[in-house]
Amino acid sequence: MHIADFDRGMLGANAIVGGGIALAAGGALAGQTRESDTVSVSFFGDGACNQGILHETMNLASIWKLPLIFVCENNGWAESTPTEYSTSVSDIAERAKGYGFPGYVVDASDAQEIYDVAGIAVARARNGEGPTLIEAKIARMVGHYLGDPEGYRPRELKEKARAKDPIPILESALIDTNALDATEVSDMKSRIGIELDEAVSYAKDSPLPDGADVDLGVYAE
Amino acid sequence: MNNKNHRTLSGAAAINEAIRQSMTADSSTILIGEDIAGGAGLGGKHEGAMGGSFGVTKGLLEQFGSLRVRDTPISEAAIAGIGVGAAAAGLRPIVDMMWSSFTPLAFDQIFNQAAKMRYMFGGQARIPVVLRMAMGAGLGAAGQHSDTLYSVFTHIPGLKVVVPSSPSDAKGLLIASIKDNNPVLFFEHMGLYGMKEEVPEEPYTYPLGKARVVLEGSDITIIAISMMVPKAIEASVILAEEGIRAEIIDPRTLSPIDYESMVASVKKTGRLLIVDESPPRCSIATDIAANLSELAFGYLHAPCNRITCPHSPVPLSPPLESAYIPSVEKIIAASKRLCCV
Repeated sequence: MHIADFDRGMLGANAIVGGGIALAAGGALAGQTRESDTVSVSFFGDGACNQGILHETMNLASIWKLPLIFVCENNGWAESTPTEYSTSVSDIAERAKGYGFPGYVVDASDAQEIYDVAGIAVARARNGEGPTLIEAKIARMVGHYLGDPEGYRPRELKEKARAKDPIPILESALIDTNALDATEVSDMKSRIGIELDEAVSYAKDSPLPDGADVDLGVYAE
Repeated sequence: MNNKNHRTLSGAAAINEAIRQSMTADSSTILIGEDIAGGAGLGGKHEGAMGGSFGVTKGLLEQFGSLRVRDTPISEAAIAGIGVGAAAAGLRPIVDMMWSSFTPLAFDQIFNQAAKMRYMFGGQARIPVVLRMAMGAGLGAAGQHSDTLYSVFTHIPGLKVVVPSSPSDAKGLLIASIKDNNPVLFFEHMGLYGMKEEVPEEPYTYPLGKARVVLEGSDITIIAISMMVPKAIEASVILAEEGIRAEIIDPRTLSPIDYESMVASVKKTGRLLIVDESPPRCSIATDIAANLSELAFGYLHAPCNRITCPHSPVPLSPPLESAYIPSVEKIIAASKRLCCV
């Protein structure tokens, strides 16, 4: 959960739902202040769409025309609570209107559609037109946590969700359009598999920290 | 020393100068907050006319422009979060939270984000952001404008907490806070803004984590925080007339904190009084009392005493408010009691 890679401009994943949205706006503010063409993107789920920080940040990003893209991955569930129960609108993208910028609903199982809409959002950000909200709708394929029995969700919904898994859909689309052939797809999958196995081995083989270092790195020099 | 080094500045002007000099020296330093300029977007004589609730940031918009000096909507959580994110992305933002009592609206951004990013991301993050805020009772501003709150933030690992007690300290400590690579909460007591003293014109810094011995003495150590320092000084004059020589220590910063200087003083005086304009529970006064009891127990001739506010919100009514704030009289009485006079 707590991954970050500052060298690549990835400012960290958050355990606080919506906690990183304003931080992404800070990245956008840094880009705008430096007059660079960087664009910041904040990824969050439908669970974050009712947090005050999102609304404050959407307003601020809009009035300052920050180069920022809000990406809401709406999988229909925030932990055990259905989005249709928790949220006043059926399309979260509609909320962008209230803050004076466009919101788009995309089918998150359609990579091409995401790519096209993201391109519109990036162009708006770079042209100084301000933020865009993209709501990527997808069905949740797994539980909230590993081993979640999901007693709160009808089983058939979960089975339906699997049929909309974006990765096999993208695979078929690439093969159907002759962008890749089946061998290239399977090579790519095995390369990714090797990379993930190596990362897991690296983590497992790395020494555990010394307890004496418990308060190391709380402050920067 | 030239004549410029002998000019007198108010606390508000000293803070303004610290910001101005920091923004001049480093183009990555920006200023954001509510009403820091005023009349945003109107241009002409209206834009920039306010310069903050206390005029502290006046003239900065004019000098540095609207890309680097930005009025914000009233959105404390977003303001703090944007400042933290911009710091993570390489700027040195100064965020004006207006009043300390408003920071709870931004608590997640300060507590879960700013304070923890470095530790949780394996030391990758550097969050050089300063959150400035006014604080303190005495204006009749009541319970949602007057809290000191520095104890709450001192409790949080990953933050630095600065509590200047004079204009010259405010300037040196603010420039040091802006240069620091950590999130710093900078608490400006209302009483500081109008206080006047000699302030050197050139930029200078005072280290965060180093206390100042305000007055040397041999009979009792008085540790006073923020606007309790001038009150301790006032009390020390009366105490001296009664033969009690007080040593006054201003911690200047509560995180990090300079227990060493406090211990050295207690070893000399054997008596300790802490004066803090906060409620007493889990507060900085209580923290200092506990730590010095451990570190200097063998040198204390009497249990350490604390003068704090009562465990209540800051009241509005003038007699209640003046009963709330630690007084010179209370400092004198407690000092005499401790010294058995």
